[in-house]
Amino acid sequence: MNAPVQPSMLIKGATGDWEVVIGLEIHAQVTSKSKLFSGASTEFGGDPNAHVSLVDAAMPGMLPVINEECVAQAVRTGLGLKAQINLRSVFDRKNYFYPDLPQGYQISQYKSPIVGEGTVVVDLPDQDSFTVGIERLHLEQDAGKLLHDQHPTMTFVDLNRSGVALMEIVSKPDMRSADQARAYVTKLRTILRYLGTCDGDMEKGSLRADVNVSVRRPGAPFGTRCEIKNVNSIRFMGQAIDYEARRQIGILEDGGVIEQETRQFDAVKGETRAMRSKEEAHDYRYFPDPDLLPLELTQAYVDALKAHLPELPDEKKARFIRDFALKSEDAGVLVSERESADFYEAVLGQLADKARDGKLAANWVINELFGRLNKEGGAIATSPVSATQLAAIVDLIGDGTISGKIAKDLFEIVWTEGGDPRAVVETRGMKQVTDLGAIEKVVDDIIAANPDKAEQAKAKPAMVGWFIGQVMKSSGGKANPQTVNDLLKTKLGL
Amino acid sequence: MTDLTSLSLAEARQGLKAKAFTALELTDAHIFAVEKARALNAFVLETAEEARMMAQAADLRIARGEGGPLAGIPLGIKDLFATKGVRTTACSRILENFVPPYESTVTARLWHDGAVMLGKLNNDEFAMGSSNETSAFGPVVNPWRREGSDAKLVPGGSSGGSAAAVAAHLCLGATGTDTGGSIRQPAAFTGIVGMKPTYGRCSRWGIVAFASSLDQAGPFARTVRDTAILLRSMAGHDAKDTTSVDRPVPDYEAAVGQSIKGMKIGIPKEYRIDGMPAEIERLWRQGGEWLKAAGAELVEVSLPHTKYALPAYYIVAPAEASSNLARYDGVRYGARVPGRDIIEMYENTRARGFGPEVRRRIMIGTYVLSAGYYDAYYLRAQKVRTLIKRDFEECFARGVNAILTPATPSAAFGIGEKGGADPIEMYLNDIFTVTVNMAGLPGLAVPAGKDGQGLPLGLQLIGRPFDEEGLFSLGEVIEQAAGRFTPAQWW
Repeated sequence: MNAPVQPSMLIKGATGDWEVVIGLEIHAQVTSKSKLFSGASTEFGGDPNAHVSLVDAAMPGMLPVINEECVAQAVRTGLGLKAQINLRSVFDRKNYFYPDLPQGYQISQYKSPIVGEGTVVVDLPDQDSFTVGIERLHLEQDAGKLLHDQHPTMTFVDLNRSGVALMEIVSKPDMRSADQARAYVTKLRTILRYLGTCDGDMEKGSLRADVNVSVRRPGAPFGTRCEIKNVNSIRFMGQAIDYEARRQIGILEDGGVIEQETRQFDAVKGETRAMRSKEEAHDYRYFPDPDLLPLELTQAYVDALKAHLPELPDEKKARFIRDFALKSEDAGVLVSERESADFYEAVLGQLADKARDGKLAANWVINELFGRLNKEGGAIATSPVSATQLAAIVDLIGDGTISGKIAKDLFEIVWTEGGDPRAVVETRGMKQVTDLGAIEKVVDDIIAANPDKAEQAKAKPAMVGWFIGQVMKSSGGKANPQTVNDLLKTKLGL
Repeated sequence: MTDLTSLSLAEARQGLKAKAFTALELTDAHIFAVEKARALNAFVLETAEEARMMAQAADLRIARGEGGPLAGIPLGIKDLFATKGVRTTACSRILENFVPPYESTVTARLWHDGAVMLGKLNNDEFAMGSSNETSAFGPVVNPWRREGSDAKLVPGGSSGGSAAAVAAHLCLGATGTDTGGSIRQPAAFTGIVGMKPTYGRCSRWGIVAFASSLDQAGPFARTVRDTAILLRSMAGHDAKDTTSVDRPVPDYEAAVGQSIKGMKIGIPKEYRIDGMPAEIERLWRQGGEWLKAAGAELVEVSLPHTKYALPAYYIVAPAEASSNLARYDGVRYGARVPGRDIIEMYENTRARGFGPEVRRRIMIGTYVLSAGYYDAYYLRAQKVRTLIKRDFEECFARGVNAILTPATPSAAFGIGEKGGADPIEMYLNDIFTVTVNMAGLPGLAVPAGKDGQGLPLGLQLIGRPFDEEGLFSLGEVIEQAAGRFTPAQWW
């Protein structure tokens, strides 16, 4: 909580340096077929009120029944966050009136959440990795949606989302910059996607953040915080934090005090605005939901879920570094999205010698494939070059059939025209020439044609590069560069 | 009363089986009785047409030899049970036009077993009341009158319509719900039998909720046997109610007439309260004597936290109610009174839709759950509840099979007589019954005698969890000794 102050993260005010302190409450929609307490579908994009059961509409006498899959997903997520799984948790009612809340209360977990304290390790480029503590994770119901633009004088209600399961993941106030907060959310989303417990799609509202921001002098106790509600993109979150920190510093430097309040972020104006102050805050009158018995899990149940947990990004990264000697940064890029890691693993799975070429394959996935996809705005799922094709290209380099330079041409052909890389190399005569005799002839020809340069090279060995270029050019790039290098050195007497 | 409406449920069942009369004849006789008894205001909705159709269907089933355990038996249904396509109001203006597209689990079980629905029965609004005077449909009149008086008396509540209808022979049995005594107190006030089963024995699905941790459905009938027959059909596990209990439903009727020899009956000293009428004291002692004569052993027991039960109940029940009734907001169904904005619409709708007693309990419940008061009230009341439960557990652990108490501290009182100035006067009606709900135990009210003015009085038997059978055996002994009680027909 009170990690050493990092000077690079401080914000300069008119009266000195300030440190911003950030904690996040992430609402992540649980990936499940049906809602937390009803059998209605959770499908996105149905007609308004198409996925509403009697329970979701809070008809008289309806009762909630817990969806076991949502419980399993919450436990998996807790395990993925290296967190304490509470074998006994309790559902409470959070009471308030709003037209998108049919029951007049949200079923949530207040005093006894299903998941307790955990940790997330976050990497930032060019910085040491840092750890964000998880305070708790609990299950709760989502609300419906109000539609204000359907009628001139009325508001319509769509209850499709009403009752959909959310995981509220509360961090400790462990972040000290907008960059850190963004990196944390990105990492958390990656973990959720690896686990398959939340699709992390912020555009669909599957992941929303409430951002708690306060500022203080370095080393001072925490300041009064403001909560920015419902930020729905990582970029906006960064903007909201920067704006809010500046706002609070401005008030404090003018001798004012920060009022604890709830604010919202206006993405158009790029600023936060007060919603309601502490005095107007709801009294939610939490109490245990008498319709639901406490949720009791056995350790064996948790252990079984743990045994089937997929490999998570941190473990995968460590394995890539250990098994294929990848650079930490490269391994980090590969594991940052489950799709990237899956693609790389698919390539690995088809290599003839992955111990030898695993690192080469990583370079090709990151530099050639991802580089190209980024440039053209494509996604891995629709990549024109498949893992099988890329593995073949890497194999061809690895076994010396083609040079790296030829491989780039081959990649271009496969990208635009498709086809089996091995066949392309055969039919288009792209094989690397390793025949000493053939290369020697070219080398001899070039030395003979350039006696002056051969003379200069004896005095200035770097000149050999010019000769290599000439040989490669005249061989159409197919000569093995190492062979060419060795031959030239001998012939030029270097 | 005709020959057919004078039958007990078991007798009617026998008659139908023997083809002495048809289900339609039996139903018609009861429809006629219902129509003649409108002065009692027991029914808030008569469904004669549907009843005849159900009766005819039952006759066909009986003819094919497929009649269920309740084939052709006409029943009344408390208006708290959702009945598919049939208006269900909880006797509140806020649900005045509500027609559910679903059937409660308990009533669905009754229809599955062949029962016939005569209509929906009056009750206190949202089951909040002990006299059936808070109903939006007006009070129910007790078929009993004091000797030499035609003053209208309450039937008790909240299931006042159910009790009055059964006592007046308008139906062979009825459903009720009991949150703090809402089955047992009206049963005692009208001289009939009422059973509040163990919490979790009957599904709550489709029953308009009052206080979820206390609410339990149960049957009314004129005999212990009939009550046992009805409970067997009503009870059972329901996956749609996670508080319902998954254990087999015994043949309760088989327990009726079983020997009670050697059973240990606790007489709790804390139920001997100040100001209790001498005739109730006498009846209580008499009840013990009857059980003793049948071979039971009487032991004095102590339930030391009894005196805290009523105040704790009036914290827990309103707290849950304040939350359960939040859904009646005018947004999706039920009454809506417009306002300038959403808040005013809520206020107008709920101010007009709820009666004074419901509003009072919502206010109490909201208050006791509020930040700063939660620990002092709600949390404390839950601790009291644990202690009350423990009192009973310790008692049963010492070998006590059941506990005998009076059902109510008085006989039926006059309409408008109580609670006008001080609601606590009304709440005191539940003093012997709320402990049972707080502990989740089964409780049976059995008529045992009359007071000096000729009004029926009842005794209460409290059992171990899921020992409804023991209560039926004991109740039968009291019924055999005390006889049955039928009001003189004046309506």
